[in-house]
Formats: sequence, C-alpha cells, structure tokens
Amino acid sequence: MDQSTPTTGQPAADETVDAPTSDRVLGAPLVELKHVNKHFGALHVLQDIDLTIHKGEVLVVIGPSGSGKSTLCRAINRLETIDDGSIAVDGKTLPEEGKALAQLRAEVGMVFQSFNLFAHKTVLDNVTLGPRKVRGMNKKDAEELARSLLDRVGVGNQAGKMPAQLSGGQQQRVAIARALAMQPKVMLFDEPTSALDPEMVNEVLDAMVALAEEGMTMIVVTHEMGFARKAAHRVVFMADGQIVEEAPPEEFFTAPKSDRARDFLSKILTH
Amino acid sequence: MNDYLSGLGALLEQYDVLGAFWTNIQLTFWGALFALVIGTMLALMRISPIASLRWAGATYVNVFRNTPLTIIMTFLVLAVWTQLQVSLAADFNSNFFRLAVIGLAVYHAAFVCESIRSGVNTVPLGQAEAARAIGLSFLPAAQLVILPQAFRGAIAPLGNTLIALLKNSTVAAAASVSWETASTMKTMLEFNADYRWEIFALFAIGYVILVIPIGLLTTWLSQRLAVKR
Repeated sequence: MDQSTPTTGQPAADETVDAPTSDRVLGAPLVELKHVNKHFGALHVLQDIDLTIHKGEVLVVIGPSGSGKSTLCRAINRLETIDDGSIAVDGKTLPEEGKALAQLRAEVGMVFQSFNLFAHKTVLDNVTLGPRKVRGMNKKDAEELARSLLDRVGVGNQAGKMPAQLSGGQQQRVAIARALAMQPKVMLFDEPTSALDPEMVNEVLDAMVALAEEGMTMIVVTHEMGFARKAAHRVVFMADGQIVEEAPPEEFFTAPKSDRARDFLSKILTH
Repeated sequence: MNDYLSGLGALLEQYDVLGAFWTNIQLTFWGALFALVIGTMLALMRISPIASLRWAGATYVNVFRNTPLTIIMTFLVLAVWTQLQVSLAADFNSNFFRLAVIGLAVYHAAFVCESIRSGVNTVPLGQAEAARAIGLSFLPAAQLVILPQAFRGAIAPLGNTLIALLKNSTVAAAASVSWETASTMKTMLEFNADYRWEIFALFAIGYVILVIPIGLLTTWLSQRLAVKR
C-alpha cells in the first residue's frame, strides 16, 4: 500500500490544486492512526489502517458504502472502539474511558450526517452548552462566542429557535458552530451533506470551505467532489476496510491508479 | 327514607373518610417523591457504561418488581421494625407511616426506573453521541442531554406508575397504617353491613375522582412537553 506522507505528497499538490490550498504549508502530524483494526462480528471493517493527518491539512475520505470510511471517522474520537492498533491526537493516544477521553473529545470537533442537535435546547443553547459545561466559560462569554460563530456560518438570526424549526442546511451549520465553539484542534465531518436536500448542500459546503481556508485541520467523509477539488489537500479512497489509494484531489479524480477507484468514480460520475 | 339518610349521615360523621383519603394522598406524595429519586438513580445505573452498576440496577429492579408489595410492607414492620428494632419516629403512627412510605418508594422505584428507561429509548442515539463528542462525560451528558428528553418521553408511563402508586398506597394497611382508606373501609363495613353498597361506592368513587385528573394531566403534559424532532 502506498503510504506516502502528505509532506512528500504536497509538492505534487502544489502543481495541480487551485490557489486557496496550494500555498499552505502543513504542520506537524496531528492525528495518527497506526495499524488500526476493527471487526463488526465477522466483518473486518478496518483492516490495518495507517494514516497520518497533519496540522492544517484537509483530508477527504471517499469510498463506496460499507467501505469503513464512517467507522474510521468515528473511531478518531472513539465513538467507535477499535480492536487493536493505536490512534493518537496531537501526540496523545486515545484514552479508553472517563475524564481523559472526554477531554480529548472536547478537542476533536464532530459533525454528524444527521446533525444531532440537542432537540430540547435552542440553537444558542446548543452552541453554548459545551463551552459552559466542559470549558467552564461564563454565560455571557459563551453566548458572545456562540453568536459570533452562528454569524460566521450564517445562522445568527436563528439563535432563539429550536432545532426542529430550522431547515436541514441551517441545522447542519448550527452543528458546525457547536463543534467550533469547543475550539477544536481537528474537525471530523461524517457525511455532513448526505442527509440534506440538494438545494441545501451548498450552504453547508460553503461553510466548510471557509473553515478550510482559515487553516482548520479537517477530516471529511463525503462524496462531494466539488468540495474535495476546492478545499482538500489529499483524497483517501477506501474500499472493503482498506485504504486503496491516496492522492491529491485532481490527480485522484482525473487519473485514479487502482481499478477499485476507477470503477467507483465511473459509477458516481456517469450521471 | 329519612332513617336511611340519617343513618348514612351518622356513618360519615363517625368515620373520618376525608381524613383517610388525605392519608393516602400523603403516602402517595412522599412515596412518589422518593420513588422518583431512587428510580432515576436506578435508571442512571442501568444505562451507565460501568457493567457492575448496570448489573446492580437490573438486580434491584428484578427483585423489587417481582416481590408483592404486601410482602415488602409486612417485612418492613415485622423484620425491620420489630426484629431489627429500626424505628423511624418516636410515636407509633409516624413510625408506621414512614415505614409505609419506604415500602411504597422502594417498590415503585423499580417501575419508575423502567419508565425512565423507556423514555431513554425515545432519545435517538445521536443525541448521546453529540453530547460525548463535545466532551461531556457520562453524568453531565445524562443530566444535560439524555434525561431531560427521556423524562418528557416517559411522562405517560410515569403517570401510569403514579396511578398504580396511589391505589397501592392502600397496601400501607399491611404496614399498620390503620387510618388509611382500605382499613377505614374495612372497619366501616364490619360494623355497618346495612350500608355495604354505599360504603363500597363511596371509596370507589373517591379513588376514581383522584385518579382521573392524573390521567388527564399526564396525557396533556406528554403532548405539551413532547420533544419536537
């Protein structure tokens, strides 16, 4: 398996990727997965995964359903446990349980396919909950922070509403603001636009592109190739629990090396 | 006819029926309060990530849910008070009343726990994952995210438990709370068999009047407080 690191892969990206991402210098390794294995019963969903994401890098994970890409994403903040191997965030190996794990999760932002906003709390309370209860921020500061983040993702005028009163696109942008409120080191996006009506996909992707341009480290499981081309440094293609191919986005989409990737791309590109 | 009415009137003057109902309302209030506290803790144990706590919670529920309330009440009086000499108050009546409250609370806590658990099942898994993802550990996540939604989803079954608790408060007779409704009714029947139908009707209607509002209230609350998704 080709395990070229982004630092060696980056010069190639510089030649092919558009302006917003090409001039960025990637930092030290931030998320490191080493020999990660996971089974769901007899199914080997993650097979000896080695993957390093560097500070400031935007990584897109792509692949057919059942390839293990969501599981990989969820394993990084231990919403899925792993059978063996190790996952480290900012040099710290994921703790098993308890306070240490909660602390680590606070530094890893997560955006879910189904938004998962707290249904009994207003938009504003959704965003302030983490800063207040985990970070111990006072109410006034937390609300100030929340309002600025909600403005940033374009839903500042919805602060007083309940999640159910918002459209899917608005809910997902609130979810992004909620994750950002924890000032995370890395953001995980688990198919953030898959549950959205088509006309709402772009508003969420725009917020994500803006975030990428600000230098946030992002791991994005998605099929949105427009986003991958615009904002990603690297595309990882997964199939059957393995990383089959990794390459800069232009290279991956125009000249995939593996048969699996060619096959997959031909299926999603024909329409 | 006049004899009949004056006889009935004398009967109601002789026995404190309203006072008897008031006793059952008090038993229900305290029993429900403690059952809610114990039941919530049990529910937390049963959904906690710690296996031994889950086991302890499940054991409690299975033991107390499957033990007849009469046996629990009798045990409290004959074993805990008479044998172990655990007294909860200096005077007899307060002591029996408190023992009965404990009996009602520990028994119904098992049902409260299961009601809350059914409420927890109405909360999508994603809510707990989102809570964990922003760095909340189990207890804060339960307190801030899961239980507030679970209680709203558990109002109807909790209402059923409250109704059962109100009617089961008559079992306090087994804990020697002799001034509550069932005991009062029994005494009245014993000495006034002529009025047996009237006495039965009196107590039956009394309970219906108490229970119907609980049902209406919980139905109204469960709709009003439902979490919109």
